[in-house]
Amino acid sequence: MAELTVRAAAPKPRVYAWVQDYGVYAAVLALLLFNVLFTPHFLDVANFRTQLVQVTPIVIVSLGMALVIGTQGIDLSVGSVMALSAALVVLYLGYGWVPALAVALAGGALAGLAGGALVAYIGVQPIVATLALLVGVRGLANVLVPQLVEFRSPGLIALGSSSVAGIPVIVLVAAALTVVMVFLVRRTTFGRQVVAIGGNRPASELSGLPVKRVLLIVYVISGLLAALAGVLATARLQASDPTSLGQFIELSAITAVVVGGTPLTGGRIRVVSTVMGALLMQLLAATLIKHNLPQSWTQMVQAVIILAAVYATRERR
Amino acid sequence: MTSREQVSRVLQQHGAVMVLGVLVVFGSLAFDSFATPGNAASVVVSSSFLAIIAIGMTFVIISGGIDLSVGSLFVLGGVLAAYGSRYGTLAALLLPLAVCAAVGLAQGLIIARTGMAPFIVTLAGLLGVRGLMLAVSDEGATTYLVEDRAFAALGQGELFGLSHPVYVTAALALAAMVLLQRTGFGQNVYAIGGNEQAAALMGVPVARTKVYVYVMSALLAGLAGALNAARLSSGVTILGIGLELDAIAAVVIGGTLLTGGAGGITGTIAGVLLLGVIQSLINQVGTLTSAFQQVVSGAFLALVVVAQRLLSKAQRLS
Amino acid sequence: MRRTDLEAVLEAKGISKRFPGVLALDGVSLALHPGEVHALVGENGAGKSTLIKVFTGVYRPDGGELRYQGRPAAFGTPMEAQHAGISTIYQEVNLVPMMSVARNLLLGREPRGRFGVIDAAAMYAQAERVLSGYGIDTDVRRPLRDLGVGAQQMVALARAVSVDARVVIMDEPTSSLEPREVETLFGVIRKLREDGIAVMYVSHRLDELYQVCERVTVLRDGRVAHTGDLADLERIELISLMLGRELGQVRSRGLTEFSRDRPGDGERAPVVEARGLTRKHVLDGVDVTVRPGEVVGLGGLLGAGRTETAKAIVGALPLDGGQVLVTGLPLRAGSTSAAIRAGVSMLPEDRKAEGIIPTLSVRENIALAALPTLARAGVVSEAKIDRVVEIFMRRLRIKAASPDQLVSELSGGNQQKVLLARWLAIRPKALLLDEPTRGIDVGAKAEVQALIDELAGEGLGVLLISSDLEELVEGADRILVLREGAVVGELSGDEVTEERIMATIAEQGDG
Repeated sequence: MAELTVRAAAPKPRVYAWVQDYGVYAAVLALLLFNVLFTPHFLDVANFRTQLVQVTPIVIVSLGMALVIGTQGIDLSVGSVMALSAALVVLYLGYGWVPALAVALAGGALAGLAGGALVAYIGVQPIVATLALLVGVRGLANVLVPQLVEFRSPGLIALGSSSVAGIPVIVLVAAALTVVMVFLVRRTTFGRQVVAIGGNRPASELSGLPVKRVLLIVYVISGLLAALAGVLATARLQASDPTSLGQFIELSAITAVVVGGTPLTGGRIRVVSTVMGALLMQLLAATLIKHNLPQSWTQMVQAVIILAAVYATRERR
Repeated sequence: MTSREQVSRVLQQHGAVMVLGVLVVFGSLAFDSFATPGNAASVVVSSSFLAIIAIGMTFVIISGGIDLSVGSLFVLGGVLAAYGSRYGTLAALLLPLAVCAAVGLAQGLIIARTGMAPFIVTLAGLLGVRGLMLAVSDEGATTYLVEDRAFAALGQGELFGLSHPVYVTAALALAAMVLLQRTGFGQNVYAIGGNEQAAALMGVPVARTKVYVYVMSALLAGLAGALNAARLSSGVTILGIGLELDAIAAVVIGGTLLTGGAGGITGTIAGVLLLGVIQSLINQVGTLTSAFQQVVSGAFLALVVVAQRLLSKAQRLS
Repeated sequence: MRRTDLEAVLEAKGISKRFPGVLALDGVSLALHPGEVHALVGENGAGKSTLIKVFTGVYRPDGGELRYQGRPAAFGTPMEAQHAGISTIYQEVNLVPMMSVARNLLLGREPRGRFGVIDAAAMYAQAERVLSGYGIDTDVRRPLRDLGVGAQQMVALARAVSVDARVVIMDEPTSSLEPREVETLFGVIRKLREDGIAVMYVSHRLDELYQVCERVTVLRDGRVAHTGDLADLERIELISLMLGRELGQVRSRGLTEFSRDRPGDGERAPVVEARGLTRKHVLDGVDVTVRPGEVVGLGGLLGAGRTETAKAIVGALPLDGGQVLVTGLPLRAGSTSAAIRAGVSMLPEDRKAEGIIPTLSVRENIALAALPTLARAGVVSEAKIDRVVEIFMRRLRIKAASPDQLVSELSGGNQQKVLLARWLAIRPKALLLDEPTRGIDVGAKAEVQALIDELAGEGLGVLLISSDLEELVEGADRILVLREGAVVGELSGDEVTEERIMATIAEQGDG
């Protein structure tokens, strides 16, 4: 008698459960198949590389976003953090690209620390806390580097453009991070605590989990990953562009996470599906463009896919 | 009620107005060119479009939702108004309002009927509407010019030194206040945001109220876009990006809780003006770029939410 | 004339309601007559909530007929039912905490002034007038959440009754009321009866049923097990109807599963020793000592500070003063994890809000608190988890399809066992149990009670909070009675009786 649901409690039909679990894989496969059959030159290695390299920053940012969403949070600041790291990396390039990378990552971690502290220790809602950071950090990046700066650091450029066994380094980095994240979520105490906190925070507190610390770390990880994505994107562009780098990437990342079947209500994290979600959106855009459909179509189709994905994953009530 | 409790409640509800007052006084003392009619008018005029959007957003947020699509709707509204102005004043106004209302209706129905999170539905709306806008404007290549004098006058004409949109905004704010505080609809919005389940059991038409709220928000965003197009004499396709975030920031700064159930129009207007005054103050300092404005706005927003949190904690403890 | 001779105002005829996998209501017939107070009782899962929801338009029945005022009725929404004159008061206050008292009371029926706009002054005046009739004198402009839970419940009641209701359904209305408020409620119910309004009264508290109800319908497994005059039914008969057990069986077993034959051992050093726990308006210098193998009961009314005492001990409630020692060592204040590491854990009252992690499996829920001990260098060992989970699922007889089933799909009793397993997995020295058997079915209740017994027998210190006096008396070796955040009495040995507990609460109550 304790619960009082207004909506009739009906178990989720099987088909939705299936879509939530495997829909994104099926969609990626279907799109691949479609392209193999109907898109000329789709299987070209160069084309594949381009697609993968383009989607890499989104994938990296999404990994952090998946973690944050798993705690029932959201991180709107990721795009601005990318811009900040782009600014920092060129500012400190004089000391060599590795120290510059370190500074950029530290900047991202610090931004994450600020957001995490607001969320975990002060109790500000994630959406506002990270909205404040979105605005402020972007401003900070622009103050530090007001316009586009090109650079000539062989190390950094190599990071963005070299390949190992034909696979771009940045794609390898994203793949490695994905593996690490899968391990983190599935096999570590930290990962399970993240999911538990997202599933029920008061219960996690009473169970003695270090809730605030875990939340803080989650936002720091998201900040770190965003900063890394910013550096990699900058390395690939061979120019630092804090004004526009990473704009709206938070939307793409949230989309990837959601399309991958991770519920916004927290308590569940699907890492590989998130990567698939990012790939799906990229593939979709590429497919539409290859078939001469304008950008307006891409966005409208993306909107429909987001709705469909969330409809399938919505929690039964 | 203890006095401490009273203080924290007053701060929560009227903090934005107070800070606004302090900033205005500070600005007047620090800069000669701040407290001039010209500057005041420019702050008010440039704030009016955001204010119209923020009024709609206030309803949405009080109802416990959020509307990320308003930035895109603002742009779409502008483009459609400029396009419609070929067919006369009425078309220039009705076309954007009708399309935006339809989008709001769709979003509202999806949110109310399926129980999907407003955040994600309106995120899809943001993308979809942007796509729609690009489709209407030949992928952003065409900028329609406003070809109807009367419609342009709606955005450009002045009365007592203030342009028309300011009066439209003021009238809308007043109407919104009455609607929110003194009508059954307004009570329903508060009730849904405060406790949706209870509201349903108390007989509040939850789904219908939600649909109205999103339609209203979309309508106001479209109207703001149309007025802006009238002011600029064209439907610019690149403005309005990120406007939804400004609107949310203004509403939150104004003391409306993002969790829903509490807040009001006065605070929102104060929040919008605060953002405008901050920008104006930074412009006064000449040497600072607009990037500084972002830094200050972000820091200010953070400060406000932290203060709100601490105040509500204090209320609960006492 | 008997009230049942009048035409029924609300009548269910052979109502069925099916959910996937369950037949929640199976041909239920029940008639409510004007001016009668009708008790609806049954164990959890008997179908009471489903039936209420059918009556109030939340659910539509799959079969049978619903008749209202002599005509077939089909309410599509709670609103339709309400407009028709069926009002409901729910167990949990279903109002809007942030809105003012007056707006809550009159939502949807606000007095209008010019242009159809709400007349605020008239609204406040009307609210004050209505509420003073219910013994609530408060500033109706203040947010509802400023009121105590009992007063909020009275506002809900006032709201429900003041809408020209013909039928009032009360679902566990007294669960958060104090005795004084219960009296007020009964006064209101009697007045409703005089006005010819039908009241359906759902409660687990048998005392109350016998005080205010004339007729009773017992539901069991979705069917009507009995309908008749309450006065004709002995308490023990009513219980046996609810449980579906033979009368003799119930009599011989007693009502709880506690054996209470533990040897008292007052010599052993306390495992938990709380001294002077103080928090403004909540706790006032509470001392609690729990020795190994001892079950200490916390008695007292709602709001007396029982839950708060337990929360304070495990560091989940910030304190202004006081200290907690575990096995003689002081605990770091305000840290739940420190308390848990020291060996003290708390089973919260609200399973759903503070206990289970609904998105995780039974397995993950059991392993949650023990994770650090089931991991090496932060990496969990699945094998160790499997072992622990298997042990406790078997020991506590947790009924789940598999360890990987979502915990939210289990029954309340099994969820409670999962939470107990979560704590047992970290081998605590003391457990604080807040209403461990509330809202779980009879079978699970007995198992949980037996388990508490067994654990205490093995040397665990137990602090037991229960509103069920019977459970408290049969389960506890020693009882601390709390009132307004302070310990007002300690009962042990032969003093541990329901009468003494009530007397202890009452004698202090006058002061």
